Amino acid sequence: MKSNKNLLDINNLDISFIQARGAAHALRGIDLTIASGEILALVGESGSGKTVTSMSIMGLIPIPPARINKGSLLFKGNDLIGQPHAEMRKLRGKEIAMVFQEPAKYLNPSLKIGEQITEMLVLHLNMSKKQAVEKALEYLDVVGLGKSRRVLNSYPHELSGGMKQRVMIAMAICCNPSLLIADEPTTALDVTLQLQILKLIRNLKKQFSMGVLFISHNLGIVREIADRISVIYAGKIVESASNQSLFEDTLHPYTRALLQSIPDAEKRGHRLRAIPGSVPDAENIPSGCSFHPRCPLAQDMCSQEIPLTKDYGNGHSAACHMVH
Amino acid sequence: MDASESDIEAIRAKLGTDKPILNQYIQWLWDVFRFDFGHSLTSGRPVSELILERFPLTLTLAVLGIVLSIIIAIPLGVISAVRRWSFWDYIGMLFSQAGMAIPSFWLGILLLMLLSIKYRVFPLFGSGSINHLILPSISLGIARAAVLLRLTRASMVEELSKEYVITARAKGLTERMVNYKHALKNALLPVITIAGIQLGYMLGGAIIIEQVFSLPGLGRLFLFAVYQRDFPLIQGGVVFVAFVFSFINFTVDILYSVLNPRIRIT
Repeated sequence: MKSNKNLLDINNLDISFIQARGAAHALRGIDLTIASGEILALVGESGSGKTVTSMSIMGLIPIPPARINKGSLLFKGNDLIGQPHAEMRKLRGKEIAMVFQEPAKYLNPSLKIGEQITEMLVLHLNMSKKQAVEKALEYLDVVGLGKSRRVLNSYPHELSGGMKQRVMIAMAICCNPSLLIADEPTTALDVTLQLQILKLIRNLKKQFSMGVLFISHNLGIVREIADRISVIYAGKIVESASNQSLFEDTLHPYTRALLQSIPDAEKRGHRLRAIPGSVPDAENIPSGCSFHPRCPLAQDMCSQEIPLTKDYGNGHSAACHMVH
Repeated sequence: MDASESDIEAIRAKLGTDKPILNQYIQWLWDVFRFDFGHSLTSGRPVSELILERFPLTLTLAVLGIVLSIIIAIPLGVISAVRRWSFWDYIGMLFSQAGMAIPSFWLGILLLMLLSIKYRVFPLFGSGSINHLILPSISLGIARAAVLLRLTRASMVEELSKEYVITARAKGLTERMVNYKHALKNALLPVITIAGIQLGYMLGGAIIIEQVFSLPGLGRLFLFAVYQRDFPLIQGGVVFVAFVFSFINFTVDILYSVLNPRIRIT
């Protein structure tokens, strides 16, 4: 086993969903580590396994239909796989918290914001209702909404999109979790708000020395916030590196293709390079390197042999036959 | 013996039926505005008096029926949705299928045979005490409960599939809190609307059930009015039922806006 200082240590996690049509291989042995005070970004297209990863950390994937084939999911040294439901429930919200993509849908429309925050404090930290309200106000302040009783007494629809996402974040961090999972937290927001929310998450990470798993499909956004980045494709991590290293010494052709598809001022006047084809179905993953049907560098061996993940120094690793 | 020509003319003049139909209608409308619904042709008593005399019984019957159906439908519907395909879900489905398939008059007759004739727990017919209304409201309530149960289950299943339920679970809330605090509150909104509409219908009188149990409610009053071509009573009845129905719908809308913060007007 690797060092114990990691907050989260996912080893060779392999998950399928058993359906009537057959098995969907959602995660094919992924490795991820997050240290306290570190933001790891998990980047990939829709259907690549990002959400399954976050949900399996939360212990919220339904088993069955899901089946954990192998692997471990160490949180503070304890394997979360096979933990009783009651134990996982106590961990959720308190130790591991989550911010979702669309705050408008992920907040309960008929409960006041105050209730949605304080219920966690009462449940996890045994606070009295009054203490919880004070605490909730504090955290509204932390996320930049001020100590606003008006917000606390509002229903979600009475707040703007940006405010709702701040509320979601306040809700997620109010029990002072060690790990924050942010699943595309800026995707549903206006561009001007995206940066504010990214800055907020960055500051909170420092302030509370949380580990953050930041899930996104957008390398442009990830570049602003991540310490390290893992790129996932068809349920497999294809490249992992520090933020700088990934952008400067891109190894994997899939990562390169993703980078070329980001709109950029320097590329003005040129056509954006979309990646041909789409992410394979988890039920029907190509043989060998799963990216080979879309890969510009693919050779014969790519369709036959699954490439191993190799370390190229400085914690930069990739799984590709064509990288030397 | 036929009425003489002059007698007929005299009655026509008295009832106002000698005037053109439009005049009659305008006269009637004007009277209605002054809460004067005219007099019954058969009994000669004021229509409003006849209706208000019967209304308390119909009101009690309808309220008992809807309360009973809510008491049955909501808990069973919620359990069915939370524990889908469990024993309770099958019980719920069986109940709602049976409740919708069994005609309420037949259920009423069965209940009478069992509980009034064989065991003599409840009176066979008549009115005057709450005991007279128990069996009729069960007969009425079961069918409504069947509909409400299906609706509650469907609505709860839908709410449980919404994103905010994932948030609630991700917050580490207990399943009980997820189901009953987060999902149920949203799931009840459509149920309340439909229950209100059903109450509105029942307030117009339950013709068949009132027949089975020989209850002097609005349903029977209007039925006999139709048999006897008692036009002022029919007209008054229609206006009354329409008014009550609108009033209930209005009340439900107000209640709905209290329960659903999204449509609250500030």
